[in-house]
Amino acid sequence: MSAEPVLTISGLNVDYGTDKDAVHALRDIDLTLHRGEVLGLAGESGSGKSTLAYAVTRLLSPPGVITGGEVHYHRPGGDRVDILSLAPHRLRAFRWQELSIVFQGAMNSLNPVHTVHSQLTDVLAAHRPELRKRQRTDRAKELLSLVGISADRLAAYPHQLSGGMRQRVMIAMALALEPEIVIMDEPTTALDVVMQRQILRRLVQLREQLNFSVVFITHDISLLIEFSDRIAIMYGGRIVEEAGAAEIYRDPRHPYSDGLLHSFPALHGPRRELTGIPGSPPHLSAMPTGCAFHPRCGKAFVPCAAEIPVLTPPPAEPGRAVACHLHAPGRGAPRPGQQGVPGQVAPGPAR
Amino acid sequence: MTDDQPENARTGTATENVRIGSESAWTGSEQARAGSDVVLEARGVTKHFPLRRTARDLFARERRSVHAVDDVSLRLRRGTVTALVGESGSGKSTVARLLAQLHPLTSGEIRLGGAPVVAGRGRSFRRYVRRVQLIFQDPFASLNPVHTVRYHLTRALKIHGRAGSGEAELEENLAALLNRVQLTPPQQFLDRFPHELSGGQRQRVAIARALGADPQVLLADEPVSMLDVSIRLGVLNLLRDLKERLHLAILYITHDIASARYFADTTLVMYAGRIVEGGDSERVTQHPAHPYTQLLIASAPDPDRIVAEEEQEETGTGEPPSLITPPAGCRFHPRCPKAMERCRTELPPRFDLPDGQWAACWLYDGAPASEATAHGTVAHPGGVNGTAAKEATR
Repeated sequence: MSAEPVLTISGLNVDYGTDKDAVHALRDIDLTLHRGEVLGLAGESGSGKSTLAYAVTRLLSPPGVITGGEVHYHRPGGDRVDILSLAPHRLRAFRWQELSIVFQGAMNSLNPVHTVHSQLTDVLAAHRPELRKRQRTDRAKELLSLVGISADRLAAYPHQLSGGMRQRVMIAMALALEPEIVIMDEPTTALDVVMQRQILRRLVQLREQLNFSVVFITHDISLLIEFSDRIAIMYGGRIVEEAGAAEIYRDPRHPYSDGLLHSFPALHGPRRELTGIPGSPPHLSAMPTGCAFHPRCGKAFVPCAAEIPVLTPPPAEPGRAVACHLHAPGRGAPRPGQQGVPGQVAPGPAR
Repeated sequence: MTDDQPENARTGTATENVRIGSESAWTGSEQARAGSDVVLEARGVTKHFPLRRTARDLFARERRSVHAVDDVSLRLRRGTVTALVGESGSGKSTVARLLAQLHPLTSGEIRLGGAPVVAGRGRSFRRYVRRVQLIFQDPFASLNPVHTVRYHLTRALKIHGRAGSGEAELEENLAALLNRVQLTPPQQFLDRFPHELSGGQRQRVAIARALGADPQVLLADEPVSMLDVSIRLGVLNLLRDLKERLHLAILYITHDIASARYFADTTLVMYAGRIVEGGDSERVTQHPAHPYTQLLIASAPDPDRIVAEEEQEETGTGEPPSLITPPAGCRFHPRCPKAMERCRTELPPRFDLPDGQWAACWLYDGAPASEATAHGTVAHPGGVNGTAAKEATR
């Protein structure tokens, strides 16, 4: 994988509302998506993961406002595009052409009164006016076969397709213009595991074929570990940990990442009592002071309630970053279960 | 969870008294408790939902219907959790609704405490639900948004005659219920509205409401799938704790086979309206016998997966069949990589395997019980049937 960035987000802030009652949905998000990479974004409801997807694509509707930060898209040639300041007509050309999005509950995002054919060719007609009708239909057929649906389903209406097929049509649509980035917001949450795996497997193949980058948003961290290269974990509107998928799985540094990994019972290995995380995720309007996770954290200590930890690489580990006072530079970086940290936890996630 | 142990013990005794009170109202159950530990049993339960007649059906001899549940037999035992695992549309929720007597059966029977029951409406239904309670998936929808927790629980207690006499006793029973689902201190929750609670707390209220009837059986239809991932285990652990302390028989309906392994003692796997495999949870998840169970397990997210994606192809693909015209023979055969000729025509019965496991699959016909699982892999994977399967699913 090349380390060339394709999307860089820096210091992104998003509020819902503008007056004093505004809630801060995203705070100081720094994130880089590299070319050809699958970046997983994990978090519970209210952690801001969908807001991030909407903010980056500038689809955020009022009362959501971007109050600060920058989002840059890097074209393959090397020139940078500032997404947040694109003029409307440039933005329209940019969307779908270079960055497309598959929405949460995509199964229901298809228009029920139009056939798959007309919805697929609509994209092409808008962005590729030079194509003839015949060519558009051919491309639509090609797209369907790309996601494993036979071309004779082109004339079908969405209700004639199963949930999994509708989902694949949405993915085909997102790939219609061969974008550089595909953002997938909980693309398979409504599907059964068998179909979920089929779709994700197909997605992995397509990515190798077409070499696009994926931002994969879901609450299911065990799925992310399997399918993504890097994972960023969000909590309370901030990224609390970012690292390679295998590193997160083997050695989570943030207590929340650790808790999240311990919230999924394993299918193999010894059965053991799991506890999940006590309490429930905070509401955006009543965010705890300091580290948003501290009321639920077994390892919280003095600075946690007062100071907001900064997302920094832990000492001697440049490839990852964590926002936790336990790993602040100069604190000697006690690992979970070491150096007298309260709430002893076995190293490594649940087996 | 260990620190609120004394509290649990206290509430345990409080409700024990209530239990004795209600026992006299239902003397029939006494026998059942002594006789066998099977509380609720389904025998050959079948449910077909008739379709609306269209012009095309006017001359048809048979009325078309959705074969939602076919010939399902299961036993819920006191103090055990039985998981029913399946994809959406497999009929698992219909089984819960049938067991809760919310729909009349097409055929088969439901036996409660050893005696067949048909709860109609009115008094007999209420007597039934006093012993068998259903918990729904969505606690946002199953609680009335305009009423407080107190209202919900009081109503359950009053309907089931367990409110006690007088304000003080009612208050005590309400507190006991909330303590039991670990919503402590109770006073803090009693006068809240559902929107003031988190998803996990709401589901706990729904569980408390079910416990208000002092049931013997809890039917939990995907009780945690709407909750945030970090709090799901809390609710499952609570249900397990209730099972142990109240000797409840719990039916846990889920699509997540890993959580069935974690939470349930026995696991049943359902596909297209039929139960295809059953047995001890550990046995079923570690040594799945039926090709469908194997597919389900191969598809579940597993961070430890080391097998390359390409090597997994033989578990089969595709989607569940239409239940209006289910496939003849084994309903899984169009997707099954190991399908044989007879799978298309003959319905496989249950074949017993070692350690109490069984599977409804022809692969195990006549196979010595010990070699059964090994035998499964011998059958031709892919082949003609495999391609047929892919075509069938388009």
